[in-house]
Amino acid sequence: MAMTFALIGNQNCGKTTLFNQLTGSNQHVGNFPGVTVDKKEGTIKNSGGAVVVDLPGIYSISPYTMEEIVTRDYLLGGDPDGIINIVDATNIERNLYLTLQLLELEMPMIVALNMMDEVAGSGGSIDIQKISDGLGVPVVPISASKNQGIDELVERALQTVRHREKPLHHDFCKGEVHRAIHSIAHMIEDHTEAHNIPWRFAATKLVEGDTGMMDKLEINQNEREIVQHVADEMEAALGTDREAALADMRYSYIEQVCAHAVHKPQETMEQQRSVKIDRILTHKVFAIPIFLGIMLMVFWLTFGVVGSTLSDLFGEGISFVTNLADAALTSMNIAPALHSLVIDGIFAGVGSVLGFMPTIVTLFFFLSILEDSGYMARVAFVMDKLLRKIGLSGRSFVPMVIGFGCSVPAIMASRTLSSERDRKMTILLTPFMSCSAKLPIYSVFVAAFFPEQGALVMMALYVTGMAVAILVGLLLKNTIYRGNPVPFVMELPAYRLPSAQNVLRHMWDKAKDFVVKAFTIIFMATIIVWLLQNFGPGLRPVQDSADSLLAVMGRWLAPVFAPLGFGDWRAATALVTGLMAKETVVSTLAVLMNVGDSALLAPVLSQMFTPLAASAFLVFTLLYMPCVAAMAAVRRELGSLRGAVTAMAFQTGVAWVVAFLVYQVGAMLGF
Amino acid sequence: MTLDRLNIGERAVVTAVGGEGILRRRLLDMGITPKTKLMVRKMAPLGDPIEIHIRGYELTLRKEDAAKITVEKIVEE
Repeated sequence: MAMTFALIGNQNCGKTTLFNQLTGSNQHVGNFPGVTVDKKEGTIKNSGGAVVVDLPGIYSISPYTMEEIVTRDYLLGGDPDGIINIVDATNIERNLYLTLQLLELEMPMIVALNMMDEVAGSGGSIDIQKISDGLGVPVVPISASKNQGIDELVERALQTVRHREKPLHHDFCKGEVHRAIHSIAHMIEDHTEAHNIPWRFAATKLVEGDTGMMDKLEINQNEREIVQHVADEMEAALGTDREAALADMRYSYIEQVCAHAVHKPQETMEQQRSVKIDRILTHKVFAIPIFLGIMLMVFWLTFGVVGSTLSDLFGEGISFVTNLADAALTSMNIAPALHSLVIDGIFAGVGSVLGFMPTIVTLFFFLSILEDSGYMARVAFVMDKLLRKIGLSGRSFVPMVIGFGCSVPAIMASRTLSSERDRKMTILLTPFMSCSAKLPIYSVFVAAFFPEQGALVMMALYVTGMAVAILVGLLLKNTIYRGNPVPFVMELPAYRLPSAQNVLRHMWDKAKDFVVKAFTIIFMATIIVWLLQNFGPGLRPVQDSADSLLAVMGRWLAPVFAPLGFGDWRAATALVTGLMAKETVVSTLAVLMNVGDSALLAPVLSQMFTPLAASAFLVFTLLYMPCVAAMAAVRRELGSLRGAVTAMAFQTGVAWVVAFLVYQVGAMLGF
Repeated sequence: MTLDRLNIGERAVVTAVGGEGILRRRLLDMGITPKTKLMVRKMAPLGDPIEIHIRGYELTLRKEDAAKITVEKIVEE
């Protein structure tokens, strides 16, 4: 049985870098059961097959956030044989707070003291032996980014587990707190043994008032009252409440350990540099223009320079492979229907969705640089006030902005949000940001109906999207997401140069994620759409798309859109094909109107729409459920198919209502 | 006085941490405990949240939450 280590640490302490150094390319991403928290696992290099599991970055194991609960359940679940706790040496006091809680678990453990190069570079020093004595576990100084000390860390970690070396002490309390913890520990001994939970950890949690732990240990009413009484006495004696008393106990112990061992300047050079950088980047006046400038630059590079070049290359590659397959199928004399399914259905469908890939990978290249450098936290700081009104925090701003480019990476980027509630709300609202694939639809309609006010209409559409997002946000905040949001109390980490390895790794993971999606959900969807397009009722193959099942569906759906002013079956059909990719709306309309080329579409559109109906159609296109690639991303990030289907139905409902209002109110006003 | 009332650049010592539930726990976990010194570094461009320097690192929190932290200003001589 291979040894398993849990890798735990605060956010921004270099945990991902260490994980990448430990495992190299030997890693894969999964999920913790039942929740959308990433579980990264890998085999440690030169360790004889030991496995390391990267747990979420957390500051404490109090049972409040999803990440903390996942970590706690995983550690108590009995899977890991040992803990590697990574600690940021430049920020040692706050990092050790988590360490002290981990020590209470009485598992073999080792502390990796990271960023020691920065401490030394700023003229500081940390006495490793004294820290190790103070904590009662081995401490190894490392620099994950420079790959220093990793070999020793692995060796010591293996040794610790092999000899089952438990922490030498875990008694950080004195006086009243000590008395409370120990009297409770004594009482619950049978329970902790029966449930295989470390007694010290359990006792501390009970004193802290953790009801989850009480339930877990099956503490009876009588014992609950005793716990309450003991804690009350402690509070009375200390003149403070239990939570503050225990936080104070841990920090006091840390201060005592550090006082003898840590000699460092008030701030490291990196921290001083960050303060200077922030004088500009979070400046009262310049902060917002700089942020907008950076985002514009990222968009220009992604969708303009890099993205389009890569997309073209990629497109050529896909058509090359498609042609090869086409020729192969022809030479093998495959039945025409099957041939068409493979080429026109699967290759065309999956190919068009895979066409997004260069954009997504490029966007994630920039996003991981912004995240790893520490800038993303500043964006949250600068933009928090704007998003708070709709019940979100500044952290959601970046995914929403990305939504103007493409909903898929935007939804995938919501993974970095630390609160489940914020994540869900962001995923629901992001598709209202008008993505770039909708632009071809707008431009055809604007050319046909509003040639004079083109820019104004486009602007109005973007603003409508944002306004709807705000209204829906307010609605959600006051209904299903009424509960307390995770507080916005966030570290602003020192700016650091992102490591190439981390950035590449991140891009690779996201690309893989997307390809897997393309070949599962999207693959299914393309086959279904192809069937609908090429077969009529009774599954007879059809020549004219007007006879296809898709057209039948369009006719069936058309009355739904009649109150919105576009009850034509061709409009409904175009909206359905738009689910593959939004720009398809235009090409479908061109086919159904028999104009062959989308460029010739504008003049004939007025046969189908009045200008008012066209406006309603545009608004509906702007807001209705996103394309299949985005749906797949929503399903993945929400972790449930039901949630994703609900989200789609909700967005389409909102689109219908808003388009209805546009058409009916417009008609009343005489447009 | 409370933390949200401090001006930029002013130093103070935490005397009590209010609030409740997850917010309070988070404040304590992040190292805002009684007797800890802190300094107000800056304010976000839109006037909220604020950035404080505490235990050797930078932390940001909203003013409404900072209002739940009682501090005693350190008067520099």
